[in-house]
Amino acid sequence: MADLLAKFDSLIAERAALNATGLPDPFRVVMEKVVSPTEAIINGKHTILVGTYNYMGLTFHPEVVKAGQDALAEFGSGTTGSRVLNGTYAGHKALEQTLADFYGTQHAMVFSTGYQANLGMCSTLVGKGDYIVIDADSHASIYDGCMLGNADVVRFKHNSPEDLDKRLRRLPKEAGKLVVLEGVYSMLGDIARMKELVAVAKAHDATILDDEAHSMGFFGEKGRGVVEAAGVEDQVDFVVGTFSKSVGTIGGFVVSNHPKFDILRVVCRPYVFTASLPPSVVATARKAIELIAAQADRRKQLMDNSRALHTGLKEAGFQLGTKEAESAIIAVICPDQDTTVKLWATLLANGVYVNMARPPATPHGLYLIRMSLCAEHKPEQVKTIVERFAAAAGAAGYPLHQEFVNVPLTAA
Amino acid sequence: MLSHQEIYEVLVRLIGSFNKKGIAVTPDTSFANDLEFDSLTVMDLVAAIEDEFDITLPLNMLPDLETVGHVASAVEKILKDRANG
Repeated sequence: MADLLAKFDSLIAERAALNATGLPDPFRVVMEKVVSPTEAIINGKHTILVGTYNYMGLTFHPEVVKAGQDALAEFGSGTTGSRVLNGTYAGHKALEQTLADFYGTQHAMVFSTGYQANLGMCSTLVGKGDYIVIDADSHASIYDGCMLGNADVVRFKHNSPEDLDKRLRRLPKEAGKLVVLEGVYSMLGDIARMKELVAVAKAHDATILDDEAHSMGFFGEKGRGVVEAAGVEDQVDFVVGTFSKSVGTIGGFVVSNHPKFDILRVVCRPYVFTASLPPSVVATARKAIELIAAQADRRKQLMDNSRALHTGLKEAGFQLGTKEAESAIIAVICPDQDTTVKLWATLLANGVYVNMARPPATPHGLYLIRMSLCAEHKPEQVKTIVERFAAAAGAAGYPLHQEFVNVPLTAA
Repeated sequence: MLSHQEIYEVLVRLIGSFNKKGIAVTPDTSFANDLEFDSLTVMDLVAAIEDEFDITLPLNMLPDLETVGHVASAVEKILKDRANG
């Protein structure tokens, strides 16, 4: 019998070599206790969390917890069914109305994860003979959605309106075209040149799908994302989002004003062929979105924290993914895998949890230590994070104050 | 209209800038096995091919294009289809 997992042997060997160094595995962290949105116990140690995407810090908000408990008691632990069969409860409809109100759209549709929302939209909106045109740095869910569908897939240079224009120009005029953008690109934390990209897409009569997963709640006056801040909401046809970041639970959604929107509920396979979200999750999502809409001061705190961390790390000599803090994601660029793992492990040992990212998930084959800030981070915590980074640099052999990567990271 | 051989020679030139190990290229050279290109490198090469020939080479075609010769044939077909309107 052929060993079907043999094709992963080189990766297995690489991971074994990494584990032989005695360092903890960055992809096997266990949170033993979660103390708050910004603190947990890991390996018995009190740890500051700065890699959780819990941007608004609402996961323990008393009103959110209460909403979840009430729904759990009233509607039970799960729906055990698809949205199109027995899985649509009153809460799912109410949540969709809350989303439509938040985004000022006529329609909203809730998926069981953000991944499935992109998978569903990218595979369903375009079909054979159509073109789906995606940014080179698109999230895996967008790439996977392309693979699930039957459209021809065209990739443009990250965040480049010029390259998008060039590639759209080569497509047949009459063909259906979907351009997929993201408000914030999550690896380096850079934001889309939304206004220019949207203008180019519209000049070629393309439909636009915009994923605002990493901006909900803190970009734009109403917190609708980079697309709102850029003032081009009325030109974007579909906005995808997630509940697993700012909203603090799990789930995904799409909002739109398209008059035929409702047919998607029948034809979108990642929506149809899976069970719907549990009532408690639905209730916490709805309450969190209401709080996000009402609490604008959280946004300011989040951006202040992001800027403070960016400035602190830059001054300490780390090479960062963006020149300034563009979003709540701050990425430290590392020279190689060894330094990255050592830096990550030293930080964890000293009570700071961050994310590690490596190729092929990263652009330009970069090794990254990534952080996502939370509105609940206190200035003292940010200060502590910077201090512990500076202390860990020596142990990890990180080359401070050196420009060791010379790639054009962001187009803006 | 470029011949298959001419297209192949352009491809060899384009592959050169990604071929860091300097592996000898023939029409039967495989991108994954011989050149050891990862998925990101392949996609960057596709962009270079698209710009060189001013064509669209959809990413979903890639699973069928294992060797340099396969890509030369695919580009030849795209150019021919375009010439025939």
